[in-house]
Amino acid sequence: MLELRAVSKRYGGVVATDDVTLDVVRGEVHALIGPNGAGKTTLIGQISGVLATEIGRILFNGADITHLPAHARVAAGLARSYQITSIFRRFSVLDNLALAVQARSGSSFRFWRPLLTERALFDEARSIAVDIGLGGREDTPAATLAHGEQRALEVGLALATRPQLVLLDEPMAGMGPQESRAMLALIQHLRRRVSVLLVEHDMEAVFRLADRITVLVNGRVVASGAPAAIRNDPAVRQAYLGEEIAA
Amino acid sequence: MIRAIAVFGVLGIFPLAMQAMDAMFYVSLASRILIYAIAATSLNLVLGYGGMVSFGHAAFFGAGAFVVGIMAVEGVRSAWIAWPAAVAVAALAAFVIGALSLRTRGVYFIMITLAFAQMIYYICVSLKTYGGDDGLSLPGRSTIGIGTLGDDLLWYYVVLAILALVLYGLHRLVHSRFGRVIAAIRENEARAEAIGFPVYRYKLACFVIAGAVGGLAGALIANQSSYVSPSLLHWIQSGTLMIMVILGGVGTLWGGVIGAAVLLGLEHLIADYRIGWLAALAPNYQDHGALAVGIVLLAIVMLAPEGLAGLFSRTREK
Amino acid sequence: MPATLLLEQSLNGLQFGLMLFLLAAGLTLVFGIMDMINLAHGSLYMIGAYFMASFTSATGSFWLGLPLALVATAIVGALLEMSLLRRLYGRDHLTQVLATFAVILIANELVRIVWGSQPVLLNAPPELSGPVTLPGGMPYASYRLAIIAVGAVVALLLYLLVAKTRVGMLVRAGASNREMAIAMGVNIRRLFTIVFALGAALCALAGAMLGPIFAVQVGMGENILILAFVVIVIGGIGSVRGAFVGALLVGIVDTSGRAFLPLFFSTFLPPQFASAAGPAVASILIYLLMAVVLYFRPQGLFPARG
Repeated sequence: MLELRAVSKRYGGVVATDDVTLDVVRGEVHALIGPNGAGKTTLIGQISGVLATEIGRILFNGADITHLPAHARVAAGLARSYQITSIFRRFSVLDNLALAVQARSGSSFRFWRPLLTERALFDEARSIAVDIGLGGREDTPAATLAHGEQRALEVGLALATRPQLVLLDEPMAGMGPQESRAMLALIQHLRRRVSVLLVEHDMEAVFRLADRITVLVNGRVVASGAPAAIRNDPAVRQAYLGEEIAA
Repeated sequence: MIRAIAVFGVLGIFPLAMQAMDAMFYVSLASRILIYAIAATSLNLVLGYGGMVSFGHAAFFGAGAFVVGIMAVEGVRSAWIAWPAAVAVAALAAFVIGALSLRTRGVYFIMITLAFAQMIYYICVSLKTYGGDDGLSLPGRSTIGIGTLGDDLLWYYVVLAILALVLYGLHRLVHSRFGRVIAAIRENEARAEAIGFPVYRYKLACFVIAGAVGGLAGALIANQSSYVSPSLLHWIQSGTLMIMVILGGVGTLWGGVIGAAVLLGLEHLIADYRIGWLAALAPNYQDHGALAVGIVLLAIVMLAPEGLAGLFSRTREK
Repeated sequence: MPATLLLEQSLNGLQFGLMLFLLAAGLTLVFGIMDMINLAHGSLYMIGAYFMASFTSATGSFWLGLPLALVATAIVGALLEMSLLRRLYGRDHLTQVLATFAVILIANELVRIVWGSQPVLLNAPPELSGPVTLPGGMPYASYRLAIIAVGAVVALLLYLLVAKTRVGMLVRAGASNREMAIAMGVNIRRLFTIVFALGAALCALAGAMLGPIFAVQVGMGENILILAFVVIVIGGIGSVRGAFVGALLVGIVDTSGRAFLPLFFSTFLPPQFASAAGPAVASILIYLLMAVVLYFRPQGLFPARG
């Protein structure tokens, strides 16, 4: 459903992503891994529309979205979570999620009717809160959540827009073992509903979750395929020289 | 809600009391304050709620005033025609300026709004047939068909009613879907875009609404003294409106009202009431009221506990 | 269109542009390095002019008054920076706008208290009050020529300072990347104060030199401040080169517009429209210029930051 063809991003002399071709099929969890600075976040930025793509094409469900603005991609069913938590800190958990639900349910150029009367909106937000493990924490201001809870909310915001494909940028960033397990369970849970392009460093999680893995090094695709093949790929081993791949 | 009723109750009885005491001057002063309250409230929408530091709001205020003034001089004196025209012109100006300015951010945005507003100032000043530098005198207040707005008492109630409508409208706006999106944009613009809101359009809409209400306030100020001065459009005027918003409370429903009342009230007090011991120290202190305003403003800005950013991000009215 | 008129207006434009550059240079550095909006910059210009008027009349000499005014204003600038403005670095723009706006109000009133509300007299020095004959036979006010000379020399010195000296390098580093400059071990506080005082001195120079041409009165700062803003938006925030190009553009466009547009309009518009349209369009010409530049280059012509 998502297809990248020869997508590149250049900043003056620096090449951030280079001739990247990959695809995500419906229903799969496709992991994107690579050393730091490999261009993974840049690629996510290009797919989500935050970064302009001058070279290459991006297709979503057959439609060319290469030059579509970010907000329109969300409306098309493509959502994203951030590596560095970017939530609405002064809003409560419920308000955060309700906002994302609101974005996908009708026009918000409504100036008169109080938002609080829209029960359906808040009910849906509540059920998402439960889904991401924050049931019972709805009224907590987002800023006071624990780190793991904030990362869950981060994913929740992406989910609340009812996407078909969600781009998760290092959802486990900065998490301890217990929080990581919770996030892993969350992703397992939601993979039934959405397709996932997952960027992660946590190899255990990657090999547990992924149907396919693509390896990015210095902005180029070095290998792509089933987890077992990737594990044994010599080019991948070379790229990760010094790093341990969990067997 | 109770607070609103109490406030408007007092404001409603106030002129009758003044009339009884034969002190109609205060009613006129009060209606002037209320008009500035409307202008400051419109700025609070774009600045306090919307988070857009627009330094050119005086352009919409003054443009509204000039539309009413020019139409009056040309023979169109009906409020039913001139006031909506003022609002429409101000909204159009806000649309054009906003559309161009909102493509920038930060320091650029502030200076560009300032520059465009100054541009409108120069255009109005160069209209020699309509007063130019000296300003434009109107033949009288607008006509509404029943009674005459020249009666200060009736005029006061008309302004009061409009203020009440503006505040109620702002209240509904802030609690609506639109208001929630604007608050989200102020809180985290990038994420708002990332969850699917076309941020630019919402900011522009907010900017235009605020400009339109500013234009309405301008229509009223033209009527207040039947005179339109080009200084209404000067960026110093924009600054004055900002001071009112800060004094009264950025991002609060009553911020514009409180700010206008405090600032204009203070100015009046300093100018009209001589404080004996102060006069002994500095005989013409009353000519330098702006110094006090400047010092008070500076104090508030520097000493606000969490900085203005704290006040600035205070969420919507409960 | 007579060639002499064209030349005269070009020179006037150059003169105005160079003085604008003095203001804009300080302003753009403060923006670029300290990331601070300083509305009070115009007040330093005003104070410079007032100091100049007082020192000139006290010493009886324009040439003595000038350095005194520069130093006095630089001191005022440094004091202002150390006491107040440095607390504004890093705060949000609204805070900076309001705080420096308050400074404008306070400065205006203080000036009014000390010097009164009437404009103060400042004359060009007697040596420069006559005309000079330019090659080609055209007379031109020698004072204006002096302004051009002073402006050009200062611009050159500023360029050398910023491009060739160590201090200049630090300034440029700070303008493009503050964190990097701090990491390099630069004493940021002192650097900021120096930059600010230098900017104040430049303002004073512009105020002092333009005093005899424009009136020295309260509020003179606000009028020219907005032009300086337009200059640095066009030129690119943080870039002295941008300020130079922007200032010359604005100076020439504004001066020529005011001089030629009414004539231009009267060639094809009926007289009553031409006399109204001319000055109106001339006033807004530089804003249109700014809009056009921004459309193609939203960051200005020479943005200091990438």
